[in-house]
Amino acid sequence: MKEEMSRIVRTMTTLIYVFIMVYGFYVIAHGHLTPGGGFQGGSVVASAFALLVVTYGNQKTQDFLQKDLLSLLESTGLVIFICFAFFGLGATFFYNFLSNSGSLFGSSATIGVNPGNLNTGGTVTAMNIAVGIEVLAALGVIVLTMSQASETIEKKEK
Amino acid sequence: MKKSVFGFAFLFFVAFLLLSAFGMRPFGEPSFSEMDDYYIENAQAETGANNVVTTIVFDYRGFDTLGEATVLFTAVVGIVALFREVAK
Repeated sequence: MKEEMSRIVRTMTTLIYVFIMVYGFYVIAHGHLTPGGGFQGGSVVASAFALLVVTYGNQKTQDFLQKDLLSLLESTGLVIFICFAFFGLGATFFYNFLSNSGSLFGSSATIGVNPGNLNTGGTVTAMNIAVGIEVLAALGVIVLTMSQASETIEKKEK
Repeated sequence: MKKSVFGFAFLFFVAFLLLSAFGMRPFGEPSFSEMDDYYIENAQAETGANNVVTTIVFDYRGFDTLGEATVLFTAVVGIVALFREVAK
């Protein structure tokens, strides 16, 4: 994984990886309406990171994706998730205090089969986004750390 | 000798699975469905979200998701700690 791959692969990657990321963020944002959610969407975004690492090598990818920033995002996502769980403590831990309240994500859903409204779901939507951020950052950190380590070990063996 | 032991174990396992497969309930008829019926009827009204699976994961069974997120966080901490010397 030390050298870059061929020009064909690099061109296709620059074309495709944006769409993969957008699809991942779509899955995260629509977790309360369509199949998928934070974990699945975060994995899709992290697969785009893995594609970048495979195509461009570890060094160039780390210029583009800061590992420290991803590490910070990971902790932030988990803290936001736990905060939303604690905010519901007026009733119970993990109480959905935002649903049907009329504020952010607070519209009530139409009962029955319908395409859905993005501004519904209460803490479900907020937690989806928090978990999505956490998962994409966590898997990104794993991909970057392991590729960097394998590169260093290869260099040492030579 | 070894192969015959493996073959016997395989056949025994397949027979065991087939026996339990024939004793299963028909598809779509779980034995106790009170909980499922409650979710299907009330999840949309109570949480406001259309995806009932997500409402169970993030609302009704939130503790489970907290554990999952913590597991992922711990895995990342472990990997970063494992490669801290190599990555320098």
